[in-house]
Amino acid sequence: MGGRSDAPAPHLHKVAVPTTYALVPGGDSLSFHSLVTQFWPSTINGIVLGSIYALIALGYTLVYGVLRLINFANSEVFMLSAFGSFLAIDMLGIPDRLAGGADPYKTGWTLIGILAFMLLISLIIGAASAVVLERVAYRPLRKRNAPRLVFLISAIGASFAMSEAVGEWGAKKRQDYALARVFKKQRLFTIFGADVRNDYIVVVIGSLVMMTILVLFVNRSRVGRGIRAVAQDMETARLMGVNVDLIILITFVVGGLMSGAAAFFFEIYNGSARYSLGFELGVKAFTAAVLGGIGNIKGALLGGLMLGIIENWGTSLFNSNQKMGTVTAFVVLVLVLMVRPTGLLGESMGRSRA
Amino acid sequence: MQKIQVRRVGALMAGAAILFAACGSSGSGATASTAPATTAHATDTTAGGGGGVKCSGIKLAFLGALSGDNGNLGQNMINGAKIAIDAFNKKNPACQVGFDTSFDSQGAPEQATPLADKVVNDASIVGLIGPGFSGETKATMPKFEAANLPMITPGATNAKLSTNGWKMFHRILANDDKQAPGVVKLIQTTIAAKKVGVIDDASDYGKGLADAVRKGLAAADVANAQIDPKGADFSAAIGAMKTAGVDTIFYGGYYAEAAKLVKQLRDAGVKATFVSGDGSLDKGFTTNAGAAADGAYLTATGAPADINADFQAAFKAAYKTDPALYSPEAYDCAQVFLAGIAAGKVTRKDLADFVSSYDAAGITKQIKFDATGEPIGDAVYYYVVSSGAITAKGLIK
Repeated sequence: MGGRSDAPAPHLHKVAVPTTYALVPGGDSLSFHSLVTQFWPSTINGIVLGSIYALIALGYTLVYGVLRLINFANSEVFMLSAFGSFLAIDMLGIPDRLAGGADPYKTGWTLIGILAFMLLISLIIGAASAVVLERVAYRPLRKRNAPRLVFLISAIGASFAMSEAVGEWGAKKRQDYALARVFKKQRLFTIFGADVRNDYIVVVIGSLVMMTILVLFVNRSRVGRGIRAVAQDMETARLMGVNVDLIILITFVVGGLMSGAAAFFFEIYNGSARYSLGFELGVKAFTAAVLGGIGNIKGALLGGLMLGIIENWGTSLFNSNQKMGTVTAFVVLVLVLMVRPTGLLGESMGRSRA
Repeated sequence: MQKIQVRRVGALMAGAAILFAACGSSGSGATASTAPATTAHATDTTAGGGGGVKCSGIKLAFLGALSGDNGNLGQNMINGAKIAIDAFNKKNPACQVGFDTSFDSQGAPEQATPLADKVVNDASIVGLIGPGFSGETKATMPKFEAANLPMITPGATNAKLSTNGWKMFHRILANDDKQAPGVVKLIQTTIAAKKVGVIDDASDYGKGLADAVRKGLAAADVANAQIDPKGADFSAAIGAMKTAGVDTIFYGGYYAEAAKLVKQLRDAGVKATFVSGDGSLDKGFTTNAGAAADGAYLTATGAPADINADFQAAFKAAYKTDPALYSPEAYDCAQVFLAGIAAGKVTRKDLADFVSSYDAAGITKQIKFDATGEPIGDAVYYYVVSSGAITAKGLIK
């Protein structure tokens, strides 16, 4: 084997259905037929993936709302939390495969217990890594009144450091890790011919529960009022007796919890992780946050779901070409930002009252 | 296989902030999969069996990756070749052939180039086993050509290498272009598929192989999709396969995505037979995919490591481990040169002529080269996964 062909491979993309149109000569073709047949499966998968994007997006949005800082390393909090689910499975001593080669499927309360433990460990790692991140990468800069750009560079640096550290760590280094398959995925029912699986329900309902708790926490609790106060005007909040440093720390913790939950749901749905997972999903989640209006909690939900769905529609439209799905999603982002520069629901967490 | 490390930095501008993000794609440290022994032929193909060969001051050399991401593949090659050379030297006390393994290119063309000069300038080197990979072969071949140094590569499979008119170029295994016809034959004959879906990973290797398979399948190819290896969720591609109702799916790409893909296919209730090429022929595929990998077919132009029982036993006695990917090929490379030395061809020129007209049984196949240095025949092997083990099934017929 060895170094593969340097010259571009001849393009022989077959036209699968009659209703396809070449977009660029010799390139990928548009297929409305594919979009029509894949409409409902794409939509449902988009909602599932979008729910996960939305939870990660909340990590970006909360910190942006309070600090006006793009916490780039939030994606790495997600990645570390994903490994938390692996850690949980290891702690429980569940083998990757049973003797004889079968998957170690569990059922009933055992399964629920295992999933709850995975969620717990992912949440702990999410919150803990967010706290460490805030202490190491941001607080020292804030104490010295560093300019905003420096925070951004620090965020990128932290993101690189965390991702590369995981890439160099362990026996498998940069390779893929696969989670022991304890959760047997099954079709529950269909919507317009599209499968709805048990893991879809867990991911979507679970994400909505997490978001509802978050909205109630920010809107109704005393600490939530502190978060909104700091988001609106940090100096005034400080003068009014709000412990700003503590509120900022709590904001990171809450963002970390959301990313931790997202990581758990991703592992339920997908079951794979690697050092670059944060970047791969983080960019999408950040895009979702911007699409919905960064700093706006409801915007993260809307942006996440929209991005997940549009991405899948785009993939189907371009004859199941996944990269074109990503292109479609970003084109939609640009179009939305041209009309609404602050995203669909606008920016401020303080003003929009979450 | 050699997956090139990609490091990209993308810059996004959003609102007032300039945002950076970066990632490196996963490197695949290819490891060979050894499976329980199937039937093997006990043939003594050791060159110079007579023991009366006389020679002095000549050696063979290896150039290739001995460290770095794919260093294990180079070690497999050296270990395979050394079995042949040690056996020859033991039988021929009056002709001790040296083996210079000091040329570690890490598989990188730019590192291989200065090493190639060293190889060429060492007059005692009469034959080269390697280079191990395609990129470094392409970069160094003109030097070997100019020095009339015969080489046989045990691992460089890029199809274009033999189209440069190089007289010194030989390879012991079928090139990448031969794999696709093998895959098509496997799908149509062994699996007897009616409706096939083909998915690729948009890489030069994966898309190249998948496109050639698409072409070969013609009308039997009813659904196509392309995944993004950087995305972990392949549900759109899977939806297309599901709607088309395919009974077999071929994936062109590497094992990490193959594992995720086959798991997601099974989760989605798609029961189609899963087939992939040598990019997926790795323990990582079965480890990561779990029971979902069971029943999958994998193909490769490299011979199964356990193809010959005698070789396997000698290898195990020498290294306390089973032979691995490319070890049998490297053994055969060494055998060709040693047969030449046994026949008294101890200059580069004589040995080169000898290799070009060689025609004898090796452990991987009958070894004979055409005028371009390609092996005669298009041997493609296949493997089946069962209960987590990748079992060699022999040649695709």
